[in-house]
Amino acid sequence: MNLTLKIWRQKNAKDKGQMVTYPITGIEGDMSFLEMLDILNNQLITNGDDPVAFDHDCREGICGMCSLYINGEAHGPDRLVTTCQLHMRKFKDGDTIYIEPFRAKAFPVIKDLVVDRSSFDRIQHSGGFISVNTSGNTQDANSIPISKTAADEAMDAATCIGCGACVASCKNSSAMLFVSAKVSQYALLPQGQVEATDRVLNMVKQMDEEGFGNCTNTGACEVECPKGISLENIARMNREYLSASLKG
Amino acid sequence: MSGILNSSIARKFAMALSAFFLMFFLLQHFAINVTSIFSADVFNELSHFMGTNPLVQYALQPVLIFGVIFHFVMGFILEIKNKNARTVKYAKNNGAANSSWMSRNMIWSGLVILAFIGLHFYDFWFPEINTKFIQGDWSGMHDGNFRYFHELQEKFVNPVRVGLYVLSFIFLALHLLHGFNSAFQSVGANNKYTKGLKTFGKLYAILIPLGFIVIALFHHFNHNH
Amino acid sequence: MALDSKIPEGPLKDKWTNHKNNINLVNPANKRNIDVIVVGTGLAGGSAAATLAELGYNVKAFCFQDSPRRAHSIAAQGGINAAKNYQGDGDSTYRLFYDTVKGGDYRSREANVYRLAEVSANIIDQCVAQGVPFARDYGGLLDNRSFGGVLVSRTFYAKGQTGQQLLLGAYSAMNRQIGRGKIKMYNRHEMLDVVIVDGKARGIITRNLVNGEIERHSAHAVVLGTGGYGNVFFLSTNAMGSNVTAGWKAHKKGAYFANPCYTQIHPTCIPVSGDHQSKLTLMSESLRNDGRIWVPKHQKDVEAIRNKTLKPTQLSEEDRDYYLERRYPAFGNLVPRDVASRAAKERCDAGFGVNATGEAVYLDFASAIERYGKEQAHIKGLNENDDAVVKSLGKEVVKAKYGNLFQMYEKIVDENPYETPMMIYPAVHYTMGGVWVDYNLQTTVPGLFCIGEANFSDHGANRLGASALMQGLADGYFVLPYTIGDYLSDDIRTGPISTDSPEFEEAEKSVKETINHFITNNGSKPVDYFHKKLGKIMWNKCGMSRNEKELKEAISEIAELRAEFYKEVKVPGGADEFNEELAKAGRVADFLELGELFAKDALQREESAGGHFREEHQTAEGEAKRRKEFQYASAWEYKGEPKDAVLHKEELVYENIKVKERSYK
Repeated sequence: MNLTLKIWRQKNAKDKGQMVTYPITGIEGDMSFLEMLDILNNQLITNGDDPVAFDHDCREGICGMCSLYINGEAHGPDRLVTTCQLHMRKFKDGDTIYIEPFRAKAFPVIKDLVVDRSSFDRIQHSGGFISVNTSGNTQDANSIPISKTAADEAMDAATCIGCGACVASCKNSSAMLFVSAKVSQYALLPQGQVEATDRVLNMVKQMDEEGFGNCTNTGACEVECPKGISLENIARMNREYLSASLKG
Repeated sequence: MSGILNSSIARKFAMALSAFFLMFFLLQHFAINVTSIFSADVFNELSHFMGTNPLVQYALQPVLIFGVIFHFVMGFILEIKNKNARTVKYAKNNGAANSSWMSRNMIWSGLVILAFIGLHFYDFWFPEINTKFIQGDWSGMHDGNFRYFHELQEKFVNPVRVGLYVLSFIFLALHLLHGFNSAFQSVGANNKYTKGLKTFGKLYAILIPLGFIVIALFHHFNHNH
Repeated sequence: MALDSKIPEGPLKDKWTNHKNNINLVNPANKRNIDVIVVGTGLAGGSAAATLAELGYNVKAFCFQDSPRRAHSIAAQGGINAAKNYQGDGDSTYRLFYDTVKGGDYRSREANVYRLAEVSANIIDQCVAQGVPFARDYGGLLDNRSFGGVLVSRTFYAKGQTGQQLLLGAYSAMNRQIGRGKIKMYNRHEMLDVVIVDGKARGIITRNLVNGEIERHSAHAVVLGTGGYGNVFFLSTNAMGSNVTAGWKAHKKGAYFANPCYTQIHPTCIPVSGDHQSKLTLMSESLRNDGRIWVPKHQKDVEAIRNKTLKPTQLSEEDRDYYLERRYPAFGNLVPRDVASRAAKERCDAGFGVNATGEAVYLDFASAIERYGKEQAHIKGLNENDDAVVKSLGKEVVKAKYGNLFQMYEKIVDENPYETPMMIYPAVHYTMGGVWVDYNLQTTVPGLFCIGEANFSDHGANRLGASALMQGLADGYFVLPYTIGDYLSDDIRTGPISTDSPEFEEAEKSVKETINHFITNNGSKPVDYFHKKLGKIMWNKCGMSRNEKELKEAISEIAELRAEFYKEVKVPGGADEFNEELAKAGRVADFLELGELFAKDALQREESAGGHFREEHQTAEGEAKRRKEFQYASAWEYKGEPKDAVLHKEELVYENIKVKERSYK
């Protein structure tokens, strides 16, 4: 396959940045999208140019480090995959591919396609935990029976990898799918009840302070989420938040 | 007020509450209007009641006006805030791949509806206010008959106006197609028990505006001088 | 320096309790005056950082990723072992201990493994309290599955994402402490050296990966939880960023490096598709519970399959060679990982590999689909002889069990594993070797501790499935936080450690010099060129089976490659900016040294044990042959060049377990 890549290049956070066009040849369908970028980068390095910076680590779709807005979609055109598991067979010879960073005010660009998602961490610091000491003196695991349904639903929410595709896809740059996944995981489990009120109020407050937009329920996040996190989580967070506001 | 509406979820909730109120109002408005197809007298009776009942005029009417203003002012505020949450735009964005046109363009369908409300006020509400509050005529009569049905028919003579009304109702449908279920999602009603709600929302969003279109066209083609 | 493993006196089952009772503690007021650096935020580092902070120490935690939640522990799929005996199938602390020592081919330290088994149950309690959503049965109690190499069901799991959930649990515990200000978190920071002051580890030098700044960080103790070094092979199931730098720098500053040659090659990975390949993807071992592994019996069928003139599903049963079932009738497809991997290699080397590169075998679910389908048809009262019904019911069962893995396979390979057998091949997965530590998890450098995969202690020559998560969390939550107190109790009067000492000065200078060399080097080849070349040498000559001749070749080839690397490597960009090539260059430089020590260790160990298979030492049937005289851990001391490293032996004594021939026949 021969392709034309249009890639966002930006030297650092202060640079204005622009789209730059790169032709690339000899791409095979079995390559992953990031392997295609590896090839481009090794060509750039050999030619004495600066390689394209992008975030990636596990390359098996679980660490949440890779991002990229490919042809107008977070993690590209395939569903339920991260960019690292997107394969080039999804593209055709002669295609032009736009590659941009995940964009949001709360995700400032560090370089090229690398963005700073520490806003997600700060939201978690504000309440994404159960305050239990790691002493090993907790009660026996089976002393809290949890219905299979609740456990499975909590698990579904907990599979969020924190990649930020929800924010990137949302026309409002809202982080509600991400935040609601964490809020839901704990809201569904008995262990999470004690701090439920403070948790949702604090996490939403931090989310707002980080400069994410407001959810207008377009559902884009759910479609683009590589882990299929459901919008039902946002509804649950809304309920949790409203009842917490009444209590708190 | 600003305190309550400081958080994103509270704003979203307030938006949904005003939407519920407006959707309820729309239903009620439709229910009265639809009688005009079947019986001029019933329509006149109901109109006169609504137009002269002090509770409606002095309590519900201001609340309604507040609701409308709140909904669109809040809509604008949210739109601006949301636009500001992404300072650099994408060079290529494929929104159609993951969301409906309606959901992405609520501000535009909303603006069309707002413009329509202006027209609608110019057509009906301002003359009403003028008659009742400025000229002090609370009789509802004109030449010995109730004036409401007659005024209604007069308005739908002009095909341009009818065209504008029909177009506006189409935008209303688009707005509701996303808005109805969005409001329920915002107040937290989305789980395995609410699957039926989605279908109901779609029906509401299509049938109510369609009904208004039918009423407008009916009077356009059936007016008698 | 003689090795002192500091194993406490007394009977095995009381050692840990007695030790905890006798070691020194630091009182809460004094903990506030003590700083601890934790490098790496995976299961080991993350849990240690959270627990130390909770105890009251001031913790500084470092990770090279953009968030602690990204550490590669997150990719562990199958589960975590714990001797809870919830299934009532006869499990016990002793049995978990026994299985782990046997699985490790009698090359691990008894006392450490027993302690690991002992605290394993606590881990599950802890994680459940934290809100980790482990799988449950319909009664609301925790569910278990079984794993390779053992005879009980003791593996707790959260779908196929157990590592993710456990890591997010540790991350949440860290978040709580970060929120309280007890952990100061440094994301996108890479440790480039450890600083030794007066013989004690007192800090580290880091590079801020965003702006390139070289920083000094001091503390009273340094903990490394930096994972394994599988990426020395270039292709492995490790994350792209996984590296040996922290451990290797510690080694160069005096910490002994133990058993580098013990590598786990995991049998069920997706085969390499071409030269562009950047990493390998693991398919959970749990697949071997239901999948049958085979290659064609006849060469002509192999040819036909490779030419795509024959489909694997068209091959009749008698023309298939289910080689694991043939060779190991007792354990069949569930033999331990090292055995399964070597058997696959043996078949492929004999020319029976089923893909274009000749390096793949089939993992076939057709018979599982049929078996489950018939079972379901029977339960539902449908026709058990209707193939279509059976097949569709069977597929549903398989989907419920392995759906996410099947989906992942299809995304990568573009073949539907419900219809045609999967292709798999072994890949480097885990390194049992690592920094040598004593019973307290302290390295040979006082004040420098090493936990999780980065150390060598618990898995011997081969790790059992679902034990890596167990070890990481055991070290971080329950072992290190106690043992480090014993060391720190001497430091309550030390006061803050200055970063202005000549030792920090010197360490920073040398880090800057190395970086400067890379940036100004007038080479022509990208870092990947060298990394791939190193990987090829490692895989071909220090891989699944090793011999004296090739190991010697490897040693000299790696040394040559290293010299060429320093001369020819090209690193674009500058030192004071985001520069991934520069970060990679530093990591590959360390792999190029470790690789040589790895080969040297493999050459020295003239026996076959676990993941280390020497062709000279096998039985007539081709099985691994352990040798009594090698019943020790090899701890290597740095002396300038890898070839000059000096061997120290820690004799392994088994008082509570009888050393036997490992047999899975």
